[in-house]
Amino acid sequence: MKIKLHVWRQENEKAKGKMESYDLDGVTPDMSFLEMMDLLNEKLIGESIEPVAFDHDCREGVCGACSMVVNGEAHGPQRETTTCQLYMRHFNDGAEIYVEPWRSAAFPVVRDLTVDRSAFDRIIQAGGFISNHSGPKPEPNSIPIEPGVAETALDAASCIGCGACVAACPNGSAMLFTAAKVSHLGMLPQGQTERYDRVKNMTTQMEEEGFGSCRNYAECEAQCPKGISIAFIGRMNSDYLKASLAEPVDRRGKMHAQ
Amino acid sequence: MKRLKLLFASSIGKKFVAAVTGLIMFGFLLGHAAGHMKIFTGAGADGVPHIDHYGQFLKDFGAPALPPMIALWGARLMLLGSVILHVVAVLMLSDQNKKARPVDYVKKKRAAASPAALYMMVTGTLILAFIVLHILHFTTGNLPMLGKHVHGEVYNNMARSFSQWWVAIPYLIMMVIIGFHLYHGVWSLFQTLGLDNPDRNALLRGFAIVFAIGVTATFCLIPLSFMFGGEPAVDNEGMNRIYEYTHDKLSSH
Ligand code: HEM
Ligand code: FES
Repeated sequence: MKIKLHVWRQENEKAKGKMESYDLDGVTPDMSFLEMMDLLNEKLIGESIEPVAFDHDCREGVCGACSMVVNGEAHGPQRETTTCQLYMRHFNDGAEIYVEPWRSAAFPVVRDLTVDRSAFDRIIQAGGFISNHSGPKPEPNSIPIEPGVAETALDAASCIGCGACVAACPNGSAMLFTAAKVSHLGMLPQGQTERYDRVKNMTTQMEEEGFGSCRNYAECEAQCPKGISIAFIGRMNSDYLKASLAEPVDRRGKMHAQ
Repeated sequence: MKRLKLLFASSIGKKFVAAVTGLIMFGFLLGHAAGHMKIFTGAGADGVPHIDHYGQFLKDFGAPALPPMIALWGARLMLLGSVILHVVAVLMLSDQNKKARPVDYVKKKRAAASPAALYMMVTGTLILAFIVLHILHFTTGNLPMLGKHVHGEVYNNMARSFSQWWVAIPYLIMMVIIGFHLYHGVWSLFQTLGLDNPDRNALLRGFAIVFAIGVTATFCLIPLSFMFGGEPAVDNEGMNRIYEYTHDKLSSH
């Protein structure tokens, strides 16, 4: 296969980047997208051109590192598939392929296709701890959980934190990520104690990082490599509104008799 | 109050405001559309069209407990408040969204977003302009070039305006635009309010589609009927009216 690539090249966070075009020959249909990128880099090194920097780690669809917007879609055209699990057989011979980094004010480009996603880590940190028994290992069935609830919580927990939702959202919103992280704890009995503080703290951090707002486009759900449903966003909205409007105000340290 | 301030500081809270005010305006549209169907029921024994009576009924609403116009002004202020809050909230959200993606993609492809959702700001801005013009046209009567306006003659005011195609057609286009806004908005508000869930989603989608098309189609009947003779047109001077009556047949205040 012969393809034409248009790749975003950017020296560093401050530099002004631009799209560069490369012709690549010798691509085989059973190469993964990242292997094709490796091939491109070998070619560039041979020509004494700086190779394209991109994030990757597991290459088996579980770590979420391989952040690339391929032909305008996060992780490319294949649904519920990370870039590393995308294969060149999904493209035609002679195809023109655009490769761009996640675009978000909260994810500054470090170099080429690599972006800094530590904003997500700070959202997770804002979620804090769960209050849990920490003695000897408890009997597994001592806290009964309805199978449907457990399954749904696991669906939320399948988020790999890759940031495709932010990249895909026309508003650059991180609501799907935050909702998945809020929900997988908020649905389980172990997560109840801090449930309402958690949703407030995590969404507050999300706002501070400079993400956009949700308009319910459902674009994130469609481009999420794990197919996480926007139903979790509705669930988080509901928890957030309860936390803000119905839950008692935190008055610790300010309680005086009379 | 403090809670509301905190709520409004977040984008979820601003969306909540947009959803509640959107719901209020949507409720108004349903009532407004239903009330207008009185143009098809003809005139009372006194020769006054039912819709004119209906206008008077709205003015007198709450009587005798309330003085006339009080309930009407209450409703008007609530709607005005809703429009203002809705617009303030969505402008702040849209500003946040612009800042969230300073460098855009060279190649963009949408996998799910509907055009109705993508163009909410465009349809919304047109609706805002329409609301202002519509009030000047039919409520205060400040736009006589669109058709002679006589206070209280609801039926004839419409007939005089809509028998002119260049007034009727922009109204029809505007109704379709409102339909697009509702198609996304009425579904989206349930998601914003956290009332959505997978079991109900298909139902809520259906609800939004039915009401978006329903509201648009119902409002479209009005200009269409005056354009195509289902309802009699009158000339610009208000001559040849089918319903000859004088305004003082209505109880006036
Ligand atoms: C008849 C009047 C109107 C009705 C019934 C209406 C209804 C709605 C509803 C139900 C929503 C969904 C809220 C949500 O997603 O939770 C919405 C969103 C929106 N409306 Fe309106 N609206 C009206 C007028 C306007 C006006 C005058 C503007 C002016 C700019 C506007 C701009 C928007 C925008 C931009 C959104 C999307 C907000 C977001 O999700 O970021 N609307 N509208
Ligand atoms: S490299 Fe780990 S998910 Fe793609």
